[in-house]
Amino acid sequence: MFAYCTDPRALEGLQWLGCYLTTATHFSFYSSFATVLLLLLVTAPLALALGFAGASAARSHLLPVSWLGRGYIAAVRGVPDVVFFLFFVISLDQGLEWFRHLLVCEDLSQPVWNNGEFRVCPAAKVPLGTASPFVVQAYAFALAVTTFAIVFGAFAANVLYGAMNAVPRAQLETAEAYGMSHGQVFRRVLVPQMWIYALPGLSNLWLILIKATPLLFLLGIKDAVYWARELGSAKTSGNNLYPHGDWRLFYFLALLVFYLVSTRVSEIALARITRRLSRGQATRAGEEMRKGAAA
Amino acid sequence: MKKLLLTAAVMALGTGAFAQDAIKIGTEGAYEPYNYIDQATGELVGFEIELGAELCSRAGLTCEFVQNEWDSIIPNLQSGNYDAIMAGMSITDERKQMIDFSDNYTPPSKSAYMAASADANIGEGAVISAQVSTIQAGYIAEQAGVTMLEFASPDETVAAVKNGEADAVFADKDYLTPIAGDSGGALVMLDADVALGGGIGIGLRKSDTALKEKFDTAIKSMKDDGSLNAMIEKYFGPDSDKF
Repeated sequence: MFAYCTDPRALEGLQWLGCYLTTATHFSFYSSFATVLLLLLVTAPLALALGFAGASAARSHLLPVSWLGRGYIAAVRGVPDVVFFLFFVISLDQGLEWFRHLLVCEDLSQPVWNNGEFRVCPAAKVPLGTASPFVVQAYAFALAVTTFAIVFGAFAANVLYGAMNAVPRAQLETAEAYGMSHGQVFRRVLVPQMWIYALPGLSNLWLILIKATPLLFLLGIKDAVYWARELGSAKTSGNNLYPHGDWRLFYFLALLVFYLVSTRVSEIALARITRRLSRGQATRAGEEMRKGAAA
Repeated sequence: MKKLLLTAAVMALGTGAFAQDAIKIGTEGAYEPYNYIDQATGELVGFEIELGAELCSRAGLTCEFVQNEWDSIIPNLQSGNYDAIMAGMSITDERKQMIDFSDNYTPPSKSAYMAASADANIGEGAVISAQVSTIQAGYIAEQAGVTMLEFASPDETVAAVKNGEADAVFADKDYLTPIAGDSGGALVMLDADVALGGGIGIGLRKSDTALKEKFDTAIKSMKDDGSLNAMIEKYFGPDSDKF
């Protein structure tokens, strides 16, 4: 980075620190925070969409659809996260490759699962063995997003299901009395009113999602926690330009600050959204706002 | 004529497969000086990275190293996420039940204890740290009266000794010696080396016999011309065990 960084062993104090903090590994550390934020920004809407679909399905009058929705919520909520992240990702990956194996491989005589080994022909690999590192990373990221979205979607579905049931029955009956169809009642009356009931549960989920991002390394993505561990671990003088002792404490303190800031900013934003959604609602907060405005 | 055509076809297929023999090698990337992350560039470096590149060029393979947690390094080999393991993995009978190994590329390595003082207790009643699913952890588990503390990464096993959680750490001698040298006397090697396992080899799927043959031939040629010994000396010092 800086010109004087060519021989860090001769440097001291701030100059040394300046060089140390601008190594390629440190830039990977800094950019891994962006990876975490990107995962959050992509996963949250996806999980919400899955949750909405799950909750709507669970409420459906068609029994098979309702079973599907309830089954999804119950099954995913019941499985421990870590098991899900280890088992589901491997089976999703192997499932994709097995599917491609049936489509593109010419020699199907060999069993795919054999003696604990999983073997498909090179053309069926996902991603292909010749794929660029970027594609490999993107695939791992997509797997991570899918897994996070399915897990958090199930919790979101349960929250939204409860919120839909919390909307006062009188509101829906009034709408029906005006001659609205089931779909119209759902879209125009139920959904606009349910968010205020869903928000406390959803904000909990959001905070849990932020804290669950270190599970990324289980999925082969080098996230901030991985880099903090790698950079903070002791480095011997023989093999390293910047030898140091066990500095994990400092790196984990930096992570602590990052996660605290993220959750604090989220809390502020969520408080604002709560105020906005309470306006004109038949809840206590909405009622107080109305009285406050009148006074 | 038919036979000739068939032979030609087989040869064409054979060379076709040869030309695109790109394989991936899994490694941990946290075990100096075997395999670790270069501080300045962020690339994987170390004894096994250099050795792997040389073996692959001798075997006519295009190789790429990928990083994987130690814990799941064998399952990911078996599910085909990479084709070989070079991660300081000693050849043991237990592992041989799951995967195959190439010939060893280091002599049976010495494991050693490192502690805060030379008179540290490593016998009855001692607490010893070791990395999970290593040959050393297996050894400590068999010692009567010794409590083992297992950690996911090698660095944590050393940290456990520094903060007094463990009386000593038990690991590959080549890994511990530079750490003891750097500590300025705070950590010392104990004079109680143990020879474990059959040396370090390349871990391979049992069904990949062709790949094993290629690696065995390449390792043999490096042993014969002395280049393997030179590489061992470069990374582990002049006193290290050689072939």
